Amino acid sequence: MSAVLEVKDLRTSFGAVRAVDGVSFAVGRGQVLGLVGESGSGKSVTGFSIMGLVDPPGRVVGGSVWLEGEDITPLLTRGGEAMRRVRGARVAMVFQDPLMTLNPVLRVGTQMAAAVRAHAPVSRAEAWARAEAALATVGIPSPRQRLSAYPFQLSGGMRQRVAIATALLHGPAAIIADEPTTALDVSIQAQILAEVRRLADETGTAFVWITHDLAVVSSLADEVCVMYAGRVVERGPADAVIGGPRHHYTAALVASVPGGHAPGSRLPQVAQGAALQDQGCPFRPRCPAADAACAGPVPEVAFGAGHLALCHHPVGT
Amino acid sequence: MTTFLLSRILQAAAVVLVMSVLVFLGVYAIGNPIDVLIDPAATQAMRAALIKQYGLDLPLWQQYWRFLTNLLRGDFGTSFVFRLPVLPLILSRLPATLELTVLAMTIATVIGVPLGIWAGYRPNSASSKAIMAGSTLGFSVPTFWVGLLLILAFAVELRWLPSGGRGAVGEVAGVRLSLFTADGWRHLALPALNLSLFKLGLLIRLVRAGTEEVMGQEHVRFARAQGLPERQVVGLHVLKNIGIPIITVFGLEFGSTLAFAVVTETVFNWPGMGKLIIESITSLDRPVMVAYLILVVLLFVAINLVVELTYGVLDPRVRARAA
Amino acid sequence: MRSFWREYRRSAVAVAALLAIVVIVAMALAAPLFVPQDPYDQAGLDLGDARLPPGEVGSGGYVHWLGTDNAGRDLVSAILYGLRLSLFIAVGAGAVAMVLGTAVGLFAAYSGGRVEALIMRVIDLQLSLPAILLALVLVAMLGQGVPQLMAALVAAQYAYFARTAFGAAKAERQRDYIEAALSTPMGGGQVLWRHLLPNTLPPLIVVATVQVATAISLEATLSFLGLGLPITRPSLGLLIANGFQFLLSGRYWISVYPGVALMLTVLAINLVGDQLRQVLSPKRR
Repeated sequence: MSAVLEVKDLRTSFGAVRAVDGVSFAVGRGQVLGLVGESGSGKSVTGFSIMGLVDPPGRVVGGSVWLEGEDITPLLTRGGEAMRRVRGARVAMVFQDPLMTLNPVLRVGTQMAAAVRAHAPVSRAEAWARAEAALATVGIPSPRQRLSAYPFQLSGGMRQRVAIATALLHGPAAIIADEPTTALDVSIQAQILAEVRRLADETGTAFVWITHDLAVVSSLADEVCVMYAGRVVERGPADAVIGGPRHHYTAALVASVPGGHAPGSRLPQVAQGAALQDQGCPFRPRCPAADAACAGPVPEVAFGAGHLALCHHPVGT
Repeated sequence: MTTFLLSRILQAAAVVLVMSVLVFLGVYAIGNPIDVLIDPAATQAMRAALIKQYGLDLPLWQQYWRFLTNLLRGDFGTSFVFRLPVLPLILSRLPATLELTVLAMTIATVIGVPLGIWAGYRPNSASSKAIMAGSTLGFSVPTFWVGLLLILAFAVELRWLPSGGRGAVGEVAGVRLSLFTADGWRHLALPALNLSLFKLGLLIRLVRAGTEEVMGQEHVRFARAQGLPERQVVGLHVLKNIGIPIITVFGLEFGSTLAFAVVTETVFNWPGMGKLIIESITSLDRPVMVAYLILVVLLFVAINLVVELTYGVLDPRVRARAA
Repeated sequence: MRSFWREYRRSAVAVAALLAIVVIVAMALAAPLFVPQDPYDQAGLDLGDARLPPGEVGSGGYVHWLGTDNAGRDLVSAILYGLRLSLFIAVGAGAVAMVLGTAVGLFAAYSGGRVEALIMRVIDLQLSLPAILLALVLVAMLGQGVPQLMAALVAAQYAYFARTAFGAAKAERQRDYIEAALSTPMGGGQVLWRHLLPNTLPPLIVVATVQVATAISLEATLSFLGLGLPITRPSLGLLIANGFQFLLSGRYWISVYPGVALMLTVLAINLVGDQLRQVLSPKRR
C-alpha cells in the first residue's frame, strides 16, 4: 500500500532550536497514525510543517514531505498560491480548541461556505449546500439549522464536528488533527473518535492524530509514532508499540496510563532532566537504562512488522 | 434584542438624571446660586424680584425640581453676555463645531484605519515601524501648537489657505454649513486637519493593536489552513473581529473630539460651541457653562447608547448575553 | 532588575528618549543656576528687549539664543522655567492621581459586590468624559493658580489609575496564590499590600508615564486657552499663546520654540512609556 502522506527526515527549526529534528513516518489510505508526545516534543510543529503553516521565525530546514506521491516540500517554505491550493483541498487540519478556531462573530455556514469557495468556484447557495452535506457526514443532526448558528451556540463536541466537516469539504487525501479532543469531555471524546474511525474507513482519508493521550491512540490508531524532543523514538503498529514498547520513553508512557496496575503499586519514576539536542539520544538524562554509549549516534532497531525503536538498549534486550 | 435596547435606554436615562443632580449641586456649590443665575450687575430690587421668580428662597429639593422641569421644557436660562436664551445660542453654534468634528474624524478614520491594519498585518516591516513612529508623534505634539505651525506654513509662508475664521455658509433645511461652499472648504481644511492629527495617532495605534491581536488568534490560522486566499482571510476573518472594538472607540472618540474642538476653534478663530464655552468661562457667563455641561452629558450618554447598540448588532454574543 | 534593563535596551529609540528626558529634567532643575535671566522677576524685564529675534544681544549684554517674547523675557530662560513648572505640576498631579486612583481601584477590587459595581460605574463614566472637558470645568469652578490646576489634573486623571489598578487586582485576585494567602492568618490588608499591590505595579507604571505626558499637554493647553496658570508665571502654553499674535508678522520664534520644547518632552515621555509597556507587558513574563 503506497503512502498517502509520507514525511522523510523532516527538520524544522526556530533559530537555533530544532523543534522537529529528523522525523519520518508514512500514512496509508484510510489509516490513522497516532503522533504521540508530551508538550514540547515537536508534534504540533510537525503538523504545521506539513501544512506549511509554521510561523516565522520558524521554518522547515530539511527533509521532505510527500503527498499522494508528489513532493510538496518546496511549497512548504515558498508558500504562495501553490501551497494555498494544496491546503484545505488535498491536506487539511483540525485544531485543538474549536471555540478558538471558529470565528466567533461569523455564522458557521458563512465560514464553511468560504472554505468551500476557496477551492471550488461555486455559487454561495451551492457552497452552503455542500457545507450542509458535510455536516450531515459527520453525524450532526439538523445540519441546516446548525449552519445558521454562531459557534458559541453549539456544544464543544458539535463545534469540533464542524471543524472536522470543514476539513472534509474537499475530500482531502489526509487530515492532520492536532489534539482535537483534548478540550472535550471524555464521553464526547469517545463519540468523536468513533466518528473519525468510521470516516477513515468509509472515505479512505488518512488521519494523522496528534495527541499526548495514549488511551486515545490505543483505541483509534492503526500506527503509532512516539516523539521526544523533536525526534521519533519509536514507531510501529499500535498494538505492538503499546502492547510491547521497546523504547524506554514509550514504556514509561504506557506504564503511566491509569488502570492495569496492581492496587498499591507505584508508578515508575521518570528522572528529571532536560532533553539534549546533540547526536546522542535526547532521552538519556531521564532514562533508567542510559549509559555512556547513549551519547553516541542512536541506531534504528527493527522488531518486525514495521516496528522500530531508536535506542541503544531497547527494552527487553 | 428589544430587552437589550430597553435596558440600555433606561440606564442612559438614569445616568442623565444623576448627572443633572451633580451639575445642579455643582452650580449650588460654586457659590451663591443667585450669582449663577442672576447677572451680578442687577440692582437690589431686581435681585429680590428675580429671587422670587426663580424660587431661590425655596428649599433645595424644590429648586432642583424647578431646575429639572425647566430643563425638560428646554429653558436653560439666559446668557449674561449675549442676553439671549442659552439653548438657541448654543445650538446656533453647533453646526460649525459639528462639521469641523465630523470632517476631522473622517480624515482620521479614512487615513488611520487602513494604516493601522497594514501596521498590524506586517508588524515587523519597515513601513509598519515608520507608521507607528508617525502615530506616536501625532499624539505627542500639542494640538494647539501644531495648529500654529499649520497657520505659519500654509497661511503665512505659502499663502495657500486662510489663517482663520469660517468660510461662506450654505443653508440646507435650516442648517447653515460651510461644507456647501468652496470657500467654506478652504477655511475648513487646516482646522479639520489639525483636529484630526491627535485622533489619527490614537486610531492608528488602536487599529494596529487590534489587528495584531486578531491576526494571532486561532481562527485566522484555521482560515489559512482551509486554504483561504490571504485577501479573504483578512477580509472575512479579521475585519469584522477588529471592527467591534474599533467602533466602540470611534464612538467615544467622537465625543472626545467634539470636546477637544475647543482648542482648535480657539486657534483658528472658528465660531463654534467650543469657542463659546471658552469665552463664557473667561467672562463667567455661568448659564452658558451650565447649559453646555448638561448638553455635553446628554451627548455623551447618547453616543454611548448608540455605541452599545452597534456593539450588540455586530457581536452576536452580546445580544445573547443580554437576552 | 537587570533583565528589565536588558529588555528595555532593545529599542535604541527608547533609550535615546530616556536619555533625552534625563537631560531635559536636569536642565530644568538646574535652570536657575545657569540661565541669564529670571523670567518671573517682573522688575528685571525690559520692554525695550521685546520681540528680539534669535541671536540678538539684549540690554543685559548677553545673546538671546532663542530671541525674546513680547514682554522682553529671554526665551531660553522662559522655556526652561516653564519646563520646570510644567514638569512639577504634571509629576506632582500624576503622583497624587496615582496614589488616589490606585487606592480607589484596589478598594473596589477587594470589596467586590455592589460596592465594586458602584465604584466602577462611576469610574467608567468619568473615563468616558474627555479629560480636557473635565479639566476645563474644574478650572472654571476653582479659579486659577497652581494648586487649583493640580487639583483639576488629579480629578481628571485618577480614573485611569483606578481602572488599571482595578483590572490588574481583579485578575490577580483570581489567582491561586492569593487564595492561599488569604487562608493564612495574614489579614486582608496585608494580602493587599504584600501581594496584590506589587503585581499591579507594572501596568500602573506604564499608565503613570502616559499620564504625565498627558498632564503636561493638558496643562499647556489650558494655559494656552488662558485658563491655566496666571500670567505672572508663564508656562510654555502661555508663551505660545502670547506669541500667537505675532505669527502673522513673521515673529515666529515666540510661539515656535516653546512648542518645540513641549513637543520634545512629551514625545520622549511617550516613547519611554511605549517601551515600558512592551517590557512590562504580561505576555512577556
